[in-house]
Amino acid sequence: MNAWRQPGLWLTFLIVLAGGLGALLTRNDTLRETMFTTLMFVALASSLNILLGYTGYVSFGHIVFFGLGGYTGFYLLSQRGWPVYMAALAGGLLSALLAGLLGLAIFRLRGAYFALATIGINEAARAFVNNFPPFGGPTGLFVNFAVYKQYGGAAQALWITFTLLWASTLAVLLLSFLIKHSRFGLGLMAIREDEDAAMVMGVKAPAAKTMAFVLSAFFPGVIGTLFFFKNGNVEPGDAFRLHMSIETLVMVMLGGQGTVLGPVVGAVTYERLRSYLLTSSFFKNLHLAFSGLALLLIVLFVPAGVVGWLRTHFARLRGVLE
Amino acid sequence: MPAQLLASLTDGLLLGFVYGVAAMGLSLIWGVMHVINLSHGPIIALGMFTTYLIFYNVGLNPYLAILVVAMLGLIFGFLIYGVAVHRVIDAPHLSSLLATFSVNMMIIGAGTAIFTTSPRNIDFSLGSLQIGAVTLASTRLMAALTTVLLAAALYLFLYRTPPGKAIRAVANNRAAAELMGIPSAQVLALAFGLGTMLAAVAGGLISTFFPFTILSGGTYELKSFVICVLGGLGNPLGALIGGLILGVLEGLIPVFLPVSWVPVVEFALFVVILLIRPSGLLGAR
Repeated sequence: MNAWRQPGLWLTFLIVLAGGLGALLTRNDTLRETMFTTLMFVALASSLNILLGYTGYVSFGHIVFFGLGGYTGFYLLSQRGWPVYMAALAGGLLSALLAGLLGLAIFRLRGAYFALATIGINEAARAFVNNFPPFGGPTGLFVNFAVYKQYGGAAQALWITFTLLWASTLAVLLLSFLIKHSRFGLGLMAIREDEDAAMVMGVKAPAAKTMAFVLSAFFPGVIGTLFFFKNGNVEPGDAFRLHMSIETLVMVMLGGQGTVLGPVVGAVTYERLRSYLLTSSFFKNLHLAFSGLALLLIVLFVPAGVVGWLRTHFARLRGVLE
Repeated sequence: MPAQLLASLTDGLLLGFVYGVAAMGLSLIWGVMHVINLSHGPIIALGMFTTYLIFYNVGLNPYLAILVVAMLGLIFGFLIYGVAVHRVIDAPHLSSLLATFSVNMMIIGAGTAIFTTSPRNIDFSLGSLQIGAVTLASTRLMAALTTVLLAAALYLFLYRTPPGKAIRAVANNRAAAELMGIPSAQVLALAFGLGTMLAAVAGGLISTFFPFTILSGGTYELKSFVICVLGGLGNPLGALIGGLILGVLEGLIPVFLPVSWVPVVEFALFVVILLIRPSGLLGAR
């Protein structure tokens, strides 16, 4: 496969590589925290893009996989003493399995009905975890400090978690790129354009959509485990915030849905914008309102996102921006 | 036990009427323009706060204040339609979902800055009625009564008046309606305005018996989704019946299960109905 020679892949990769390396080399805790949030947004947005951008199905339930996978991973590492990478993998696999089962059922719905069903799933999952004793109910779970011993202390554990997140983010981007350039990806994009026509042309739509859903659900589970491990606790309110699903949607829209670079640009921009609005004294109280205004302007005037806009307006960039 | 059952049943039923009004607004908008209004919850919250402000600053009876709330709700709906929805009405679902969600963020953002998130309540009581073993709060009875009147008025408006008929025509087939000389942009704005009006009124009614914050609308928005799916999306009268079903369920579930299981049952039901009958239990469209 000549994917390795594509500038679009390398450009995207380099941005993420540089960000992660910057934090790892300087060993700066503040930079690591910022990069952690940014990389997490990049990975969440890119994994959502596999479903949203390629198949055109709007899911408000992306955060369900972050929450449930994160809960499972966190339970395994805090209560059962699993090492973090195994727990993260288990969290991801559980999310993927769940997506497979859900996908078989809810992909019979199209358009807005699908979107509504995903909102319902998010709420049902939150309400379920609230009432599920092994996961600590409404108070959630905490990490026992003894757990940090196997990583050589809490500070070292944070750096390990960060490195794992960095690797996962690169993996999502690679996957996203490979899907886009595969036969499978072409099938997904055909579904996005016209599902009935795609099925007539021989795309096995139900199987392809479910597969896309499974792939897009795996990484939120991994990232959820890492995120909650970094925080040291997990509770239902944090794990299933409908708002975060929508923030992820905004990032994908901002950068450009259906592109590999778009979610990266969108996530980084959104993260910067959000932290600026949150910390500036003028915007502090109104940051949500301004984010809303920004979103509205994008939806109304630049629906293809930054990368999509650049690709349509500058033909030369089409070879470079994926 | 039977007395308790009866009490929670009537309680749930009366609340169901109010849920129904909120859901009618959402359902009307979906039925006419296939837009899911994600700013529904904050508009309910604005209805609560407007009633609250009028009650405490002007001293107007909350039920009269709700008339003002209805007017403001209608105008606010026109505004939202013109600014956020009109341009994306024919775009893919994602655009209209995100456009209405951006309105949601703006209202919540501004609302949190102005009102903070500390709970408010309207200190207003009409006493209560004792019928056998059941005690009914009069504010809830009034709310149910208002709801029935509103539903009847909406029905008459949609089926007996020219603008109502225009709304139904546009819902049925927009292109054909335009060819018949119906100004579809105005009609869509009117339908959106009516939808937000119903949401605001529902908020006003809820504020007379529950404490609330600017974020409270979210709960009722989610309930409205469940109800719309129960009653069939795009079927406003089905929404009222769906509201009653949900109200009764909310009254009955706590008798058998811990209260915290109510949302699990609700949303599981929601997903199951979507899967078996996406047109709704009562959907005969």
